Amino acid sequence: MHNKNLNELTIVESLTLLKEGKISSVELTKACLDQIDKYDNKIKAYITVTRDLALEQAQTADAQIQQLGINAWDSQPLLGIPYSCKDNFSTKGIETTASSNILKGYIPPYESTVTQKLKDAGAILLGKTNMDAFAHGSSTETSDFFTTKNPWNVSTTPGGSSGGTAAAVAANMCIFGIGSETAGSIRGPAAWCGITGLKPSYGRVSRYGVIAMASSTDSPGPLAKTAQDCALIANIIAGKDNLDATTADSPVENYLHSTDHYSLKTLKIGIPKQYINIELEDGVRTKIEDTIAFLKDYGVTFKELDMLDTKYSIAVYTILQRSEVSSNLARLDGIRYGQTRDSFGTEARNRMMLGAYTLSAGYYDAYYAKAQKVRTLIIEDFAKAFKEVDLILAPTMPNLAPKVGISESSPLFGELADVLQEPSSIAGLPAVAVPCGTYNGLPVSIQFIGPRLSEELVLAAGIEYQKINTHHLNFPDLERTTNV
Amino acid sequence: MTDLLGNYKLVLGLEIHIHVNTKQKMFCGCDANIYDAEPNTHTCPTCLGLPGALPVPNYEAVKKTQLLGLATDCQLNTNSKFDRKHYFYPDLSKGYQISQYKEPLCEHGKIVLSSGRIAEIERIHLEEDTAKSKHENGKTLIDFNKGGMPLMELVTTPCFSNIDDAVEFAKMVRDLARYLNISEADMEKGQMRIEPNISLRTAEMERLDELPPYKVEIKNINSFRFMEKAVKCEIVRQRGILETGLTPEQQNRGYDENKNVTVAQRSKEEAHDYRYFPEPDIPPMIFSEQYIEDIKKQLPELPAELAVRLATKYQLKETQIFELIKSENKDLVQKLEELASHNLDPVKVANLLLNKLEYRNLSTEAFIQQYNKDNETMDDADMLTQAVKKILAANTEIVDQYKNGKESVLNFLLGQVMRETKGKANPEITMQLIKELI
Repeated sequence: MHNKNLNELTIVESLTLLKEGKISSVELTKACLDQIDKYDNKIKAYITVTRDLALEQAQTADAQIQQLGINAWDSQPLLGIPYSCKDNFSTKGIETTASSNILKGYIPPYESTVTQKLKDAGAILLGKTNMDAFAHGSSTETSDFFTTKNPWNVSTTPGGSSGGTAAAVAANMCIFGIGSETAGSIRGPAAWCGITGLKPSYGRVSRYGVIAMASSTDSPGPLAKTAQDCALIANIIAGKDNLDATTADSPVENYLHSTDHYSLKTLKIGIPKQYINIELEDGVRTKIEDTIAFLKDYGVTFKELDMLDTKYSIAVYTILQRSEVSSNLARLDGIRYGQTRDSFGTEARNRMMLGAYTLSAGYYDAYYAKAQKVRTLIIEDFAKAFKEVDLILAPTMPNLAPKVGISESSPLFGELADVLQEPSSIAGLPAVAVPCGTYNGLPVSIQFIGPRLSEELVLAAGIEYQKINTHHLNFPDLERTTNV
Repeated sequence: MTDLLGNYKLVLGLEIHIHVNTKQKMFCGCDANIYDAEPNTHTCPTCLGLPGALPVPNYEAVKKTQLLGLATDCQLNTNSKFDRKHYFYPDLSKGYQISQYKEPLCEHGKIVLSSGRIAEIERIHLEEDTAKSKHENGKTLIDFNKGGMPLMELVTTPCFSNIDDAVEFAKMVRDLARYLNISEADMEKGQMRIEPNISLRTAEMERLDELPPYKVEIKNINSFRFMEKAVKCEIVRQRGILETGLTPEQQNRGYDENKNVTVAQRSKEEAHDYRYFPEPDIPPMIFSEQYIEDIKKQLPELPAELAVRLATKYQLKETQIFELIKSENKDLVQKLEELASHNLDPVKVANLLLNKLEYRNLSTEAFIQQYNKDNETMDDADMLTQAVKKILAANTEIVDQYKNGKESVLNFLLGQVMRETKGKANPEITMQLIKELI
């Protein structure tokens, strides 16, 4: 902790130092802002930096700490901690574009539930991060504004759609970040940027105020430096929300204590053949095999699983997601928000066209209705698997972060990159993606997938995994990687 | 009407939209009392359709819709859901309306009309209303107050063969909505709108139960009178087309009340593909048997049932019953039953309550007191009539004197009646009766 710059701290470390009075929230916030000043012109993680607001909030936090001492954190568990937020979360009074030209200049008059909860918990918003426009992509290359670069190697993509947030966390331009996943948008960029991401169960975290991509799968969640930090954030943002009818009623556990209830050594972990016997990039396969061997040595019991081919999930996901996208974007009809529909990017247009087609009379049964039926089969397939095992382990991404420009050469690039995440997304399951090493200077990641609403279980696996190795402590040397 | 139709038969169905009188709008927390409010003062991120805002269904509106379903003999679906209906219009903030497509709340109901004919209800579903556009000085202004208001839609089969039945049905639905406290259904305030769909067929088609190959829907009619007029002028228009050997185009039309004509709005052939799909923001609704039983218990006695009871239990007169089953007279029925339980004559009580306003606000005790006092002065029409008749019969000579112009004898007759009734008769009424009966 002592040889770290403040902006490199985790939430847990920051809180310790803040509580000991060794640092102030202003210092912590300034350290993040300085890092943004220094590197974001190369990384391009942020669309908007809310510097003045952040410093003002940090001062308020320091005043509260001054006044209440250690008790200040009783009601505000994240008091004084600065974070970055994906630009599809509505932030009252702060421009929110979802990286799209059609929403350029749109300033929401209301706050999303997640950012409101973080605000209430004392967290400080540093700014809004870049993403694929409307989250349509896995690289940030479909952002209508600019492409974010991977801090590990700026000639590669950070992944997407929460690429801005992932890059901001990996480049230590914030203490933690908030993203959202429809199928791979948290886990993917977390994997390629070498950080930890929690994709919560569908309905565990409120979608209220998050500009919808695919309403039936969108899951807001944290991207952070450790699984423990993810647990801490999940404690704040999870739970029933009266403004989102799809949130689950079940109580939220204290995820920080999840390792008290579960241990990797007593869990049975399944590895689906269909997630391993696919085209994995060499470096990825090596690291995954190393990780499985390492965990076996540690005492984990593994079982091979035979599950549905992931190709069905790609088909189902593509149809359902395009259908919902075509509907969700219909409100941007060119009448409100100041821009005409000309300003929709190519990717958004493609998805709206495809979605309108799959929902149209005469094709609905062949596409949408059939996809829903197959979705049920996929949910059942997981239910069957979880009768045999407690958790599923799989590579998070089949490949290392590819070169910038990749998405232009393959229209279904995202779907192929997200193949290992789409089945669990469609089924609404939670998963934690954690770094498991680097290959050629690029991070590799594994994911633990659990049954619906088993956040405690997947977080316990992630936290324990990070107790027994140091992969999550590796961060890119920005001095070197941005100096090219 | 037969004149209007010539050799054709009318095929008429109705769609009736009614604002449900909930406290909040259909999918957000906005105050639903929007009538007479300043434009855009009852709005929020959800009913404005702002990016990221989500709908949360108002189960009060759901329950009220189900209540109307029960009252109209509908089947309540235990599984129901909302769907998105897509179309582009400036007053539709999300580019889709949250409605119900495949699994409406209520289906297959009916109402028995006074003729004994049965009006068939296909479905009653719940949806959100759109906002209101206002065209002014070449500009279009939009008031989102109405956007997201809970709106139930009742759809009949094309079961009406004459306008009177359809009007009676629409009025019965309005009365039911009021009676069940589902809506004030004030058509002037836009709380109830009617959309008749009309086509004509030959007697032969009617015999074969064959529907015409087209239908014309008249949108947004806001009074029963206009509905009648609109249907009539549509009959004339369609008959004109049919008589030239052509088939009227399937389309939506509007009724211009100033010119008394219907005007084409858009053709159904080029109508939108609404691209319905299940609303992913709202979980499907599953209603337990217990829940449905509970609503059934909440269903008050319906006017038809009340009429039967008032007739059998209290032997009220038909005209009294007709008045008492009106929803605005619910309180009077309650009073009547209370008073009848104190051994007061129900027919008399009903008379007093309906015809003498001063009785309505009396407490039970005060009412009984007043009632007994009145009875002492004996204004009971039947008994008094008998007394007068008896006196007149016993004094035929005096009656003749009166008939010959001697009006002063009336006082003598009055005196006789007063003696006969031991002074209980009301002199004014008695005098009137004497004059009538002579």
